[in-house]
Amino acid sequence: MMTDMRLMVARGLLGAIVFSGAVCFAQPAQINPDNVQLTMAPVQGSVYVLMGDGGNITVQVGKDGVALVDTGFAPLAPKAIGEIRKISNGPIRWIVNTHVHTDHTGGNAQMAKLGMTHESVGPPRIVAQSNVLNRMSGAQPGNQPKIPEEAWPNDEYFLPTKDFFFNGEAVVVYHVPNAHTDGDSIVFFRRSDVLSTGDVFTPGSYPIIDLSRGGSVEGEINALNKIIDITVPAKYQEGGTMVIPGHGRLCDEADVVEYRNMLTIIRDRFRDMIKKGMTLEQVKAAKATADYDTQYGSTTGFWTTDMFVEAVYKSLSGKT
Amino acid sequence: MNRLPRRRAVSIGLAVAALVALPAFAQVDFTGEWAPLYHEDGPERLPGPELGDYTELPINGAARMAADTYDADRISVVPEYQCRPHGGDYSMRGLGNLRVWREIDQASEKLVAIHTHLLAWDSERTIWMDGRPHPPDYAPHTWQGFSTGVWDGNMLTITTTHFKTNYIRRNGVPRSDKAVLTEHWTRHGDYLTVVTVIEDPVYLTEPLVRSDNWYLDPGQNIGVFGCEYAPEVPRPEGTVPNHLPGQNPYLKEFADWYGLPFEATRGGAETMYPEYQKKIAGEYHPPEKCQRYCKCTSLFDCNVTSK
Repeated sequence: MMTDMRLMVARGLLGAIVFSGAVCFAQPAQINPDNVQLTMAPVQGSVYVLMGDGGNITVQVGKDGVALVDTGFAPLAPKAIGEIRKISNGPIRWIVNTHVHTDHTGGNAQMAKLGMTHESVGPPRIVAQSNVLNRMSGAQPGNQPKIPEEAWPNDEYFLPTKDFFFNGEAVVVYHVPNAHTDGDSIVFFRRSDVLSTGDVFTPGSYPIIDLSRGGSVEGEINALNKIIDITVPAKYQEGGTMVIPGHGRLCDEADVVEYRNMLTIIRDRFRDMIKKGMTLEQVKAAKATADYDTQYGSTTGFWTTDMFVEAVYKSLSGKT
Repeated sequence: MNRLPRRRAVSIGLAVAALVALPAFAQVDFTGEWAPLYHEDGPERLPGPELGDYTELPINGAARMAADTYDADRISVVPEYQCRPHGGDYSMRGLGNLRVWREIDQASEKLVAIHTHLLAWDSERTIWMDGRPHPPDYAPHTWQGFSTGVWDGNMLTITTTHFKTNYIRRNGVPRSDKAVLTEHWTRHGDYLTVVTVIEDPVYLTEPLVRSDNWYLDPGQNIGVFGCEYAPEVPRPEGTVPNHLPGQNPYLKEFADWYGLPFEATRGGAETMYPEYQKKIAGEYHPPEKCQRYCKCTSLFDCNVTSK
């Protein structure tokens, strides 16, 4: 179990690797798997979640094999496979990438290779929205090396949804446009009643609006509303559809509602200030997020409150 | 060897059995149907708090801003709020009757858990008494949280974590999902006193201590609460009613109605202590005659116009 503080520090360190275009894919070697604790927790139905440093990995197991949502950081892939093998010896047949960042796609190549068994008829299908493939197959930011082809999505989609049937249940992949990035997917395991959201929902921090990769505040709010549309709570707004966020603890609809409310209210405030002609500096000085900073904000790490405020302002004002 | 008469041997056996059994039952039994008493903070708990009333709350600036910008339309316009229950910290304080029962392991006759059921939203809670740890950080949070209890003599002390985000007061003052609730249950005959201590690193600068009381009411029948959300006001999807900072027109009503200096209604640790009365001496001008909630002893007489 990671404490909140350890999680914050780890996310700060690893997030810097993920998010900075200049270091993207360059420094996963800094991650020492021996120092990383991975925890496999059952969610419900056929779905588990593998938590630790980096993004959450959703694991669905059954008679057909294993399906994953996201693959974590590359150096952690062998360790993650070890955890998966504790609950299934079946081949990994499907991988869905929720977006392009390396804490969610870094393990693609190794997981695909290590996840094959004698039952495999070929490497797993790696599903992602087409913008993820475009970004992974193209030139990388800064001086980053090209991403090897075996890590690319090999089953990209460009329509609003893609679905497949695996381990006795429908798996529906929804594209939520221009939210965290321009290639976000959320993945619904319909029989298990579990939704894996990627980084459009990160309950422990303000949402990361990656403007440089097509993210936007309005898209992020739309994505959260989409999650709320899909999820159905059990009695009195609790349980029912379980939600696996991109990072952080297991949630349900009510937790997403609080997060959506937070971002919607902040959006309303920023819209008003922008309408009044306030500059970014004036908006920062107004401390319009102060009521949420103690819950979601940070003054250190790779995604600070200042950076969030700046992203919201730029996204809504169109000023860069 | 002399043999004890059979009757005497049986008596001794029963006495020994009773002594052996005693440790398991030495603590107070809270089992039963309990009806709430509202003599403490009646207007806040029955009809609900006035907007802008943050008195007696050790809130920080973040909580104050969240409450200032809260629009009560949220509980009807946001469908997911219509059936949102009280949190486990508030449900013991809010409107509703309480049932308590015990779960005993038949093999060992040890107390495994104490269960509670409250009228409001049929809220049920399990207070684990078997020494199990609290769940890890990544576990889901619930409205009632995860509770464990220990005996301190005849007082039951309960610790609850893993709450969902909710409210400390029903006028928008928030309580975070990082809060920890400590309860001390004490029984005095047919009366139950529950002292609650909420610690919230997100919204409170000091622990918030409150108490509630109940009386034993064996004839009580707790009905089914029932709730189904129903959109009543057409609004664009995703609308979240809120007041922009500095634009809530209702914040000063409470101060005006009760003759309090506005600053005294804003909450914060300083305003909770007797010394603060000296600070506002001369600024408190109570109305000549009670105007609001003048009688408030039960659900039936506690309304704004009651005289």
